[in-house]
This record gives sequence, C-alpha cells and structure tokens, in this order.
Amino acid sequence: MRQQPVLEVRGIRKEFPGVVALDGVDFRLFPGEVHALLGENGAGKSTLIKVLTGVHPADGGEVVLAGDRVRIAGPLQAQQAGISTVYQEVNLCPNLSVAENIFIGREPRRFGLIDWAGMRRRAAELVRELDLDIDVSTPLNSHSIAVQQLVAIVRAVDLSAKVLILDEPTSSLDRDEVRRLFAVMRRLRDQGVAILFVTHFLDQIYEICDRMTVLRNGRLEGEYLINELNQVQLVSRMIGAELAGLDRLGGGKRSERTAPADGAVFLEADGLTRRGAVEPYDLAIRSGEVIGLAGLLGSGRTEAARLLFGADQSDGGTLRIEGAKTALRGPRDAIAHGIAFCSENRKTEGLVGELTVRENIVLALQASRGWTRPLSRTVQEQYALRWIRALDIRPDNPEALVRNLSGGNQQKVLLARWLITDPKLLILDEPTRGIDIGAKAEIQKLVANLADDGMAVLFISAELEEVLRLSHRVGVLRDHRMVAQLDNDGELTPEHVMATIASGADR
Amino acid sequence: MSTATATAASPVKAVIRSRLFWPAAVLTVLLVANLAFTPDFFSVHLQGGHLYGSLIDILHFGAPLILVSLGMTLVIATGGIDLSVGSTVAISGALACLHISDSSDPGSVGTVLTALGIALGAALVLGTVNGVLVARVGVQPIIATLILMVAGRGVAQLITDGQIITVTSDPFKLIGGGYWLTMPFAILLSALVVLATVLLTRFTALGLLLESVGGNPVASRLVGIRAMRLVGLVYVFSALCAALAGLMVSSNVSAADGNNAGLWIELDAILAVVLGGTSLNGGRFSIGGTVLGALIIQTLSTTVYTIGIPPETTLVFKAFVVIAVCLIQSPVFRAKLAARGTRTRRTTRSHAAGPTNREVGA
Amino acid sequence: MNANALLTRLRGQIPLLVTAVLLVSMFGVGSAQYDGFFSGQVVLNLLIDNAFLLVVAVGMTFVVLTGGIDLSVGAVVALSTMVSAWLVERQGWPPLLVIPLVLLMGTAGGWLMGWVIHVFEIQPFIVTLAGMFLARGLCYTISIDSISITDPQYTAMAQTRIPLGSLFVSPSAVIALLVVAVGFVVLHYTRLGRNVYALGGSEQSALLMGLPVQRTKTTVYAISGFCSALGGVLLTFYMLSGYGLHAVGLELDAIAAVVIGGTLLTGGSGYLLGTLLGVLVLGLIQTVISFQGTLSSWWTRIVIGALLFVFIVLQRLITARRR
Repeated sequence: MRQQPVLEVRGIRKEFPGVVALDGVDFRLFPGEVHALLGENGAGKSTLIKVLTGVHPADGGEVVLAGDRVRIAGPLQAQQAGISTVYQEVNLCPNLSVAENIFIGREPRRFGLIDWAGMRRRAAELVRELDLDIDVSTPLNSHSIAVQQLVAIVRAVDLSAKVLILDEPTSSLDRDEVRRLFAVMRRLRDQGVAILFVTHFLDQIYEICDRMTVLRNGRLEGEYLINELNQVQLVSRMIGAELAGLDRLGGGKRSERTAPADGAVFLEADGLTRRGAVEPYDLAIRSGEVIGLAGLLGSGRTEAARLLFGADQSDGGTLRIEGAKTALRGPRDAIAHGIAFCSENRKTEGLVGELTVRENIVLALQASRGWTRPLSRTVQEQYALRWIRALDIRPDNPEALVRNLSGGNQQKVLLARWLITDPKLLILDEPTRGIDIGAKAEIQKLVANLADDGMAVLFISAELEEVLRLSHRVGVLRDHRMVAQLDNDGELTPEHVMATIASGADR
Repeated sequence: MSTATATAASPVKAVIRSRLFWPAAVLTVLLVANLAFTPDFFSVHLQGGHLYGSLIDILHFGAPLILVSLGMTLVIATGGIDLSVGSTVAISGALACLHISDSSDPGSVGTVLTALGIALGAALVLGTVNGVLVARVGVQPIIATLILMVAGRGVAQLITDGQIITVTSDPFKLIGGGYWLTMPFAILLSALVVLATVLLTRFTALGLLLESVGGNPVASRLVGIRAMRLVGLVYVFSALCAALAGLMVSSNVSAADGNNAGLWIELDAILAVVLGGTSLNGGRFSIGGTVLGALIIQTLSTTVYTIGIPPETTLVFKAFVVIAVCLIQSPVFRAKLAARGTRTRRTTRSHAAGPTNREVGA
Repeated sequence: MNANALLTRLRGQIPLLVTAVLLVSMFGVGSAQYDGFFSGQVVLNLLIDNAFLLVVAVGMTFVVLTGGIDLSVGAVVALSTMVSAWLVERQGWPPLLVIPLVLLMGTAGGWLMGWVIHVFEIQPFIVTLAGMFLARGLCYTISIDSISITDPQYTAMAQTRIPLGSLFVSPSAVIALLVVAVGFVVLHYTRLGRNVYALGGSEQSALLMGLPVQRTKTTVYAISGFCSALGGVLLTFYMLSGYGLHAVGLELDAIAAVVIGGTLLTGGSGYLLGTLLGVLVLGLIQTVISFQGTLSSWWTRIVIGALLFVFIVLQRLITARRR
C-alpha cells in the first residue's frame, strides 16, 4: 500500500584506510515520514550521511533517488538532486544575513544584479511559513543556535522539498526549542517531505519518528517501525553484545567486583554542571575503585568526564579532591592533583602524530616537570621500552612515529603516557573503541590490575559488557543527565543497565 | 578490524630519517657547480693570520641569516611565523650604532657592551610585544608580527634620523667584520648561538614541548603543557636572534642603515627554515636543516654573483624553490602523486584518492 | 532579540566608524594647524597621489574578505610598470596593446596563485610570497635599471587634468574611483561577491551549501592580480617609468588600508568603502606630515604601524566577544 521509497540505498560500501566504515548497508526512506538513523560511535551513521550528501564518494553499492540511479559527486549535486542536509554544527555563514543564508548561491536577480528587496521579501515569506518571527535582514550570528538551525531547515526545504537530512539538530537545543523544531518537522512531513533524523535522544525518537534504521559496526542491524521495538530492545540493538574474546579475563572476575570498603574517597563531584553539556551530577570515586559510565553516544558521558579533568570549565557545582574543595582552571591543575585523562579522540586530542612513540609516552610527565627539568634520553627510553613491553605495543620500536601505528597500539601509547605519571585517578574515555579484540582484552586486564593496586578509574564505554566486567559501580547517563548509579553487585545485568538507559530511571 | 598502516611505516621512516639528506644534497650540488665557474672555489688559505676563501665568505656573510633563521625555526615549530625580524635587525643595529657614535669613547669595550645591552634589551621588548599579541591576545602570528614589520622600519629610521650612522670602534667592528682565532668572528658567534640553541632545545625538554604544541595544540593542552608561555618565549628568542644578526650586519659595514639593514631577511629566513625541512604547519623542527637551508641561500647568492647574473634575479630561483618545497610538503600534492602512481599500477580501482583523509569518522 | 541584533550589527561597524571619525578629525586638525590645508584640492590630491594604492587595495579587500592574503601585489605592480616600459620604449609596441596585455598577465598570475592555494591547500601567504619573489625577480631579468617612458600617450595620461570647477583630478583618480564603484557592485550585487563573503564567513559551510568554493577563490586572487596590474599601469602614468624597485612595501600599505578600513583579517566582514577611507587615512597621514614640515617621512610608517596595532587589537576584541 505504501508508495515507493523516495530514496533507496543498496549495498553501500565505504572504506577508509584501515577501516571499513560501511559494509553493504541498505537503507530506505519514504516520502512523508520521519525516519531515525541510529547507532553508536563507529556504527557508520555519519559516513552514510556523508555518502548521501556527496561529501564522501561511495566505494560500492548504489543510490536510487525517486526511481533513478544517481551518482552524488558533491554537496551541490546532492542539493540539485533533492537531498538537503542540516548539520549539528550549523553549517551556514554566521556573518551573512538570515535572508542571504537562505538564498546564497541562488539569489533572485534582476538585470543580472542581486534583487535584495525581492530576496528579503521571499525570505520573510518562507520564514513566516514555519511560524518564525525574525527579521531576515539581521546577521545570522545575532540569533540563537535554535533559530540558526531553523534557518538552515528553511534553506534546505526551499532548496529541495524531497529529502531532508537532520544530523543531530537537537543536541544543543532546550526543551522549548526542540518542541518548535518538531512542529516544523511535522509540518514538513505532512507536506510529503522525507526526513532522515539523527539524534541521541531516545525520547525524541519515539516522539517524532515513524520508522528507524539501526546500524552497528558499519553494518545494517535492521529497519523497524517505531512500535516494533521498545526502548530496551532498541538500546540492545544499538549496543549489541560482544562477548567473544572477553572470556580471556576469566569468567569469575566480574562478580568479585564489589566496592572495596577500605579505599578513601579520592574525588567527589557535587552538582557539577556545564550548560549545554551535562546537567548537575554527583559522583564520588574511591581509590581502588572502578566507576563505569554507561550511556549512549551524546548522552553526556564524555562531557561529565571532561569537567573532572578541567578540560572544560564547569558553570556550577563543587569538586573535592582528597577532601579539599578544588577549582580546576585547566588540565594542568587536574594533572597536578594526580588526574589523568585519555580522550576518546586519540588522533585529535590525544597523540602528536609526527612525534615518536617514546616522545608521546613521556609527554605528560615532561610537561608536568616543565622544560627546564628534562627527562634524560636514557630514562625516556627506559619508560618507553618498559611500557612497550608491558602493553605489547607494536612495532616495539620506541622511535616509530605514532601516526603510523594501528588504533589499538596508539591507544596503548596513550595509556602508557598517563601511567608513567602515576596518576591517582585515571579517566578512560572509550579506550577500547575501534581496536581489535586482543588489544581490548589486554586493556581491560590492565585496568582491573591498576584498580587492584589502588588506582581510582573512571571508565567510559558504550559496551555494557565491558563496563560491567570492570566496574564496581556504574553511573548511567541519558540525555545529558546522570539518571542512576548502580552497584555492580553481581546481580547487575546488561539488560538492567539497558533498561535504565532506555527508561531514564533505575527500575 | 583497524589494522592501520604498520607495514607502510618503513619507507616513510626512511625519508624522515634522512631529513638532512635533501638540504645537504642541494648544498653540495650548488657548491660543486661553483667549481665550474671558479676553479679555486674550495681553496682556503691563511693570509696574515686570517683564513680566506669562498667557503669562508659564504659562512661569514651567511652568519646573520643563520641567526635569524634559527629564531624563525622555533617560531615556525609552534605553527607561527615572525615577519618582524627584518625590522628588528634594523632597529638593533641602529640603536647600537647610535649609542657608540654618541659616546665620548666609541672605541672602549664598555661602550660597545652597553650598546649590545641596549640592542638586545630593545629586542626583548619587541619580542615580548609579538609574543603577547600572539599567545595572549590570540592574534594570528602573521598579522601580529606584520605590525612591527611595518612600524619597525620607521622606528629604525627615527633612531638614525634617516641618516646612515657610521661608527669607528674596533671592539664593535669585531662582531661582524673582525677575526678571532683565524676565523671571522661572525662565524664563531653564529656557531656558538647555533650550538647554544641545540643545547637549549635538545638537552632540555624545550624542543619536545615546542614540537608538541606545534604538532597538536589540543592534545598539548590536555597533557598540561603551558603553551601560552612557550609560544610567547619563542617570539622573544626570535627577536633576540634578529637583534644579534642586526649587530653583525651593522658591525660588518661599521654603519647603521635604518632603511636597508635586514631588508627582506624575514623572507630569506622563512625560506631557509622551509628548505631545512621544517614544515610551515608547525611541529617537528630541525636546526641542522635550517643551518643548511641558510647556507644554501647564501651559496645561491654567491653563485649568482660570481657567475655574473644580476644578483636581483636570485629572487626568481627563490620563487621556484619556495613553490617546489611547499608542494613537496603539501599532503594533497603527495596524495595526488601517490594516486597517480597507484592508478597506473592498479587500473581496476576507479576512485582517485579523495582530498586528504580529513577524518575517518563514523 | 532585536536590540541584540542591532547591537551585533553596530559592533561590526565600530572599526569603520572609528576610521571615519579619524579621517574627519585628522582633516579638521590639519585644517586648523596649517594654512592651505583646508581646500578641496588637498582632498583631490589624496586621490591623485594614491590612485594606484586605492586600486591595489580594492583587490586586496576581495582577498582579505575570503580570509586570504596577497603579498605579491607590490611586486606585480612593479612588474607591470617594467613590462609596460620595456614593451613601449624598447620594443616599440603601441600602448593600446601593451596595457591590455599587462592586465591579462596580472590576472593570469593571480588566477594561478589562487589555483595553487586551493588545490594544494598551501597557505596563501607562502604562495603569494613566491609570487612576489617571482614578479620582482622577473623585473630584474628585464632590466636592473629604471626605464623611463617618453611615449606621448603615457605622458598625456600623466599630464591630463580633468577640471572640476576650480579644482582638478587626474584620469588615474577617476579610474581608481571607477574601480571602487565596480568593486562595490560586484561585492554587493553579484553572486560572486556574496560568495566571497560566504567563503570568509566559513569555508566549510560554503562548501556544504554547494557554493563554488574553488572558482570563488581563484577568481578572487585573479581580481587581486588584475587590480595590481591596473595599479601598475596607473603607477606608470604617475612615475612615467618602469622600475623593479617601484612599489616596494606596497603590499603592507594595501593590507594596512584594508584593515584600517574595517575589514576583518579573518575574512567575512568588511566594506570596500571602508578600504577607500583607509587609503584616504594613509594619504592624509602623509599629507599632514609633509605639511608639518619638521616631521620626517618615516613617521608615516610608525603612525601606520600604530594604527594597525589599534585596529588589529580592536578587531580581536570584537570577534572574541562575538563568540
């Protein structure tokens, strides 16, 4: 009974050096629907969108638009074919007026010159159609992100009314702004526009979407109508359960992970918050304790951790380190207090690619000593070699350039960098993402041993099995809120955590 | 699943290892080429206790450029650039000559030392201004140092009152034009500064931290490097090097010329750094490479001069060298070359390598 | 929200307003201090003496608006004077053929630099630096010495005075104003112009919005090359010679004029009329110093440097607050 899809993708494949980002993914989008595209980090969502918008050429498969096979060579071609995209980071020009942002590249002209009056008039009409009350001659950067987002939608819709891709448009909007956005989306859907909606907010999916497609590890997990899956089932589809290889840790390990009574509280966050990143949360970490942070991508798990390291400034709440109230002015302060942070973005926020393994390993220790107290070359080599051996970093050459290492080995270098600073609290943000099973098991074993030796660890991961295996306690985040802290008393199951993520409450 | 390019490491590593290979090769070729025009090019002889010869001349006249390039190397390593060094050269020479010519006893060592102090002190101030603008106020380096580049020449002329100040002072003459232990003093001085810089950067952690800041500013902040302080420091160092070069230049001709001293030396210095294999994007730097780069430029000038081509046309050579070196350093250019290479080998693959691998996002 | 918008808009205009106030007050102070300063001819002389700078600064404005920079302009001006003088005087070519040829040469050179900048993602500063070396070097391959021009058409252009009541302007000044006018129309009333602003606002966005980024970038450098060549032609009218040392440091003056005229060096914001004001401010500084008599010419550089400092810090404060 349903008409044919306006956009259909068959067997799409995309490879980056060393990574298969999309592996034979199928995807359908029907006119007049809001379709959620879901998946965790590395699932292939943004790659799929980039293929659809022509930012990346696909390596295989086909894209069928309104019955015709098309080849999308670039953003301009995508727009001409009828696919428009609104990105999370508003991709408009902040310095130009609202009207110009809507019409740039296709300004109405009279006698070959831009017809400013006509452009403003038409822009005003379009803006009014979406119930927006703004002066279109004002510069875009004088408006809130939400309005900018809506302006981007106005542009996208006016360009081509067929397919509209919204890539995480709601991540920085407040409740009212989201409601406004949804009103616009419903109106467009009723006009027959096909909307592809990417969000990390589960409630929003159930509020607005008609259908969803779940990707995992670059493969299609499945396509479902919204009422076919409840939230728990959805979360389990997204996260999956990767059990292979974890047995190496020893099956009995997990149940033994009960909170040590003797460890003193090392760090205590009380109502710590940052606007637009994470709502006020409380968290106490004891020495020798592993706290897991579970939650979907974009749930605020990274943001919460960054506040503890001073990587971002908090706007409220207090932080106590070893009992003393502390304000972290930056990472340097945190490091001085014995906190270490391995970012999830190894390449951009972690390693210095053109430096060697040895140099990357000693970097944090050297930075804390200052440039006048260098570590001697011999000491550097000792550190490097010891950790290359301990973590089985390959190649085992301390003078290899870090950028030439595989992801897993890069991660180990990053770990080694912080471990030689002998931290009291180690924050690990997705340390096992994108690395092979063997390396993953090694890192997990290392974390467990470190905690046994008295180090406090904050372990962030999208994989619940892993979190449960290592943590004494699990903080669950959802929609930028810490919704529960569950004791990993041996009874805790991945299903329970999933249910907590899905429902937003500890049931 | 992510088995990155562990195997591709060896050829890349080989190229990196031989960082100094290309500059050294170019320099050698240039020197040998001179033999064709000047048969006794490599001969060095002792005359009246002083060494003479073309090689000595190249080192002697290249000394100021080596100094300026040295400071520029560290600035570029942090991902910055310092356009104001030419002005600083002029200002320091002008200040020193003014002090000496005004003093009652221009020949005394005390006067000369005071003059040096004034020149280096002024450089300290100028470098601090640049450093604060870049590191603290957050102005793009090229713009921040442009200010001093524009105003500095005016200041230098103001100091000399638009005249060329000539001085007669033996101790001052020593710096740029004198001999010591059979060698021109300028060579010894620049060698000393190069040595000091190598010690400073490679035997403290300064080099590593600078390379880290230039290579990945975000990661550097997260490991707790005080980037602001380091970056500021580097501009001060660059100004001090330029001031020393300015003293050398003015001492050599026993005069300060606010208008022409150090004219375009910032461009030669940037060129020397780039020739030496330090990328303009910041990160890894090579002091040895920079010294070779500066010597290449000086040899080029000497060669052009001895061949009898108008010296001004060296600019044309420099233009091509700049473009060639930048293309070689450009990742896009390399990717294109590589794509061309693989396409001829493997004709089945239809997609050319995309515009750099921006991110392997998902 | 409206007050906020108004404020944002006003804040963007601060540098321009400062420049306008500066210009008027400098003229006021000059008039009060020196006899013969307060005259229309002084104002027109600003245009006559700075016609070539104005033209070059127009091209520079285009480049800076995209967030780039062109260091080759002074050298291209010199090369244009050199090629003109050489072809007209030594080769006996007719000026009507030489001038279009020179303009074409400048445009092509600019286009090539823009292409290299975009395609190989090399910093504009280093590419145009190479362009500068090349153009200056080429001057000297033509001749080390100045070639003076005696061609009657050139001397006619140099000497013609277009009367304006009791005052007069030179043809070069008229051409320069025409260039400003055309530049204004292009920037504000054509898609190319708006793409220039979009590119300066965010290159990433411009690309994702489907704007022709590569074409815009190469065109902008081609425009700058054209303006430099035209500036060179006007300078040959003014100096009646071709010389490799003409217009040394002109790139700095042009950048200074653009910055003082209120264009953000990071791109995306600024006006051509501001550049006109910027050029007039630079000209006025020189005029005041020459009227003053006891101040030496190097004060010009110092004052320009000081103004640059003030405006750059001002720009930085404005953009910092906007974020």
